[in-house]
Amino acid sequence: MTDAAVAGDTLDNAKSMSLIVTKGTLDWGYPPFILATTAAAMGLNVSMFFTFYGLNLLHKKLDLGVSMLGNPGMKMPMMGMHLGMPNMLGMIPGVDGVATGMMKKLIDKKGIASIEELREAAVDSEVTMIACQMTMNLFEYELDDLIEGPELGGAATYIETALKSDINLFI
Amino acid sequence: MADQTLDAQGLNCPLPVLKAKKALGNVPTGGILEVLATDPGTVKDFAAFCRHTGNELLESNEDGGVYSFLIKRTA
Repeated sequence: MTDAAVAGDTLDNAKSMSLIVTKGTLDWGYPPFILATTAAAMGLNVSMFFTFYGLNLLHKKLDLGVSMLGNPGMKMPMMGMHLGMPNMLGMIPGVDGVATGMMKKLIDKKGIASIEELREAAVDSEVTMIACQMTMNLFEYELDDLIEGPELGGAATYIETALKSDINLFI
Repeated sequence: MADQTLDAQGLNCPLPVLKAKKALGNVPTGGILEVLATDPGTVKDFAAFCRHTGNELLESNEDGGVYSFLIKRTA
């Protein structure tokens, strides 16, 4: 019996989900991969369209960080309380590096999957990954810079996928 | 009584569901998978997972911060 059958759906009547992935930081990398892997586990056909900074998440070697800039809701647990991370601090060199280190420590300590693990799970569960050709040209990337699996495509490719999907998300 | 037990204690979303889906593949149809977890979010998540996939959630319990689920592989 195939994996899809385990999930209770045959491939013919399976629901489907598409995601547009536009952000490439450590924190913003989570929502698309969490949703994609879970939907695949629930038997959905999943497509992820990686565009602009979202392409960062497909690089062979991930070097993701968090940024406080433009992230005014960011708070970190510290000494039994939650410390706000003022945007202004983010302009000081090195501070984003410290925030990234803190985030990685928390992820490790709390049994939270790494982006690498979730990405691997997405590949294993046959999530379709499309890398935006225009962004590849813009930022001068080659398919060789990315993990194995993603295909190249553009807006029309996404629209066609979205038209057939039950859930379409922009992250 | 369970054919297999998955210990997902200490793991956070989405790992318990991802691992349970994988483990269900190793249980024969009609067999039962027991899942242990400490993430309170798993209570609603396994209910939703089972509703959508057609596998049967036989039991959902909590004892001292440990959540246990019995999932019958019907799909």
